[in-house]
Amino acid sequence: MPELRAVAQKVRSKNAGPFWLTIDIFCGSSDAFERVRTGLATDAVAAALDTPTQTLKRFDIEDLNVVKISIPRPAVQGTVQDRDMHGAAVAALIAEMEIE
Amino acid sequence: MVRVLVPSGALGLGWDQEALERGIRNKPDLIAIDGGSTDSGPSYLGRGVSKYARSSTKLEWAGLIDAAQRAGCPLVIGTAGTCGADSAVDWLVDITREILRENGQTAKLAVLKSNQPTERVLAALGSGDLRPLTPAPDVDDERIESCTNIVALAGIEQITQALETGADIIIAGRTTDTAIIAALPISQGIDPGLAWHAAKIGECGALCATNPQSGVLQIDWEDGAFTLTPLADDANATPHTVSAHMLYENSDPFLLHEPGGTLDVRNSKYTAVDDKRVNVSGSVWQTANEYTVKLEGARVAGYQTVVLALLRDPRYVENAQDWADDIVARCTAKALARTSAQKDDFSIEIRLIGKNAVLGALEAKSANPTEIGALGMVTARTAELAGEIGKLLNPYLLHHPLTQEEEQPTFAFPFSPAEIDRGPIYEFCLNHVMVLDDPMDAFSLEVVDA
Repeated sequence: MPELRAVAQKVRSKNAGPFWLTIDIFCGSSDAFERVRTGLATDAVAAALDTPTQTLKRFDIEDLNVVKISIPRPAVQGTVQDRDMHGAAVAALIAEMEIE
Repeated sequence: MVRVLVPSGALGLGWDQEALERGIRNKPDLIAIDGGSTDSGPSYLGRGVSKYARSSTKLEWAGLIDAAQRAGCPLVIGTAGTCGADSAVDWLVDITREILRENGQTAKLAVLKSNQPTERVLAALGSGDLRPLTPAPDVDDERIESCTNIVALAGIEQITQALETGADIIIAGRTTDTAIIAALPISQGIDPGLAWHAAKIGECGALCATNPQSGVLQIDWEDGAFTLTPLADDANATPHTVSAHMLYENSDPFLLHEPGGTLDVRNSKYTAVDDKRVNVSGSVWQTANEYTVKLEGARVAGYQTVVLALLRDPRYVENAQDWADDIVARCTAKALARTSAQKDDFSIEIRLIGKNAVLGALEAKSANPTEIGALGMVTARTAELAGEIGKLLNPYLLHHPLTQEEEQPTFAFPFSPAEIDRGPIYEFCLNHVMVLDDPMDAFSLEVVDA
């Protein structure tokens, strides 16, 4: 199974305020979007991020060929436990996930 | 028609000067720029200071004061000095006075402040007017009282009042990123849905276009729509770049909560005017039943001392996690034995740079790096204790062996002293909105000649 980054054009992650993290998967084409939409399981993303599926928000945006995932930040931005002030590195983790 | 010129995503990031000149010639009704956000972390709000260098801020702000004078329009900045706390507003007011004095000029300034007195927030908590967002930390009186700064995010009502003073320059404390752009068109009768939507896309300047670092973006509202024009030669907006910008730093790309209501862009239409410009219509504003402003607060969460050591010996690189775990256990025991600290007074952590420092337990890959940086972090209730335990940690990071049998190893310290006192560290401690009877109840507006 290929990694997401081999299918999607770009994956980025960023804070959406200090309490949320958002991941944008730019698929680049409708074919790639369809593969990501169906092949990237929400449960698998939640497991990779060690976050409950119930609080994960997912938007499959066909017009933009984008899958967007937002989660409450695992550690609130800037707390002692936080390792990534801008939430930038989670993108790599998601990009390296295998998709079906 | 209403025209707002946005020179850049934030003061301190710069812009394409040729594009700014074009914007000035196009005679905007307002030049609006954002001065900050929470994005760089809680320390700036906690301390009430700017992230950007004073020299850069002064140079760029002088450029915008000049631009507004030549365009013949007012200039507004929101979230002055990164965090928008009163002290950061005062800092930018001071810079403004200095610029005007050096240029032999005078100007009328409107200064909007957003800091919240502790008593106001405590009263809101007591009366049920402090409402948690999701996810929100638990708050009580002690938590609110411990904040070094609490700011409320102003919306269009407060910015409109500031604009209506007729000031040449409006320096605002914490505002929503969008309010400084949306206020003028709404006060001129433009549909609020279109005003807020354009503001959301425009608040980062040309980030909604190609060549995002060119900065300069022009927004025109006319005939039930708005048009976005990035003004640098090589910057182009397309329906894709513009609509994709709604994803940026938003947890929900379709609904955006603002003071007094919610922007809904689910039915917005994005149309290319030509290769450079995009026209948007169909955005809807839903007015809320009550007027709320979001609060941000930061407080001291402890004091930190860090020590960095570098492992290059392959055996230590390979066994770095065991080595680090052993050091944390031994140093914790030593700190308990040799200082008056109790278990809850401090924590010791070693992050292995090159292994999993950024993702921690989430890291799914295992690599075999050439070297590893061992970042020792001591967090404690007082600066003295953090410094003291940092000194206890130092010899471990320099010499701790994997086994008792081997010769004492030495690792690389990149500098002396190896301990770095980081001083107080802060945490965000509010994710709440406060209900207001009148939008100005939580803000102060002052007009001064400078």
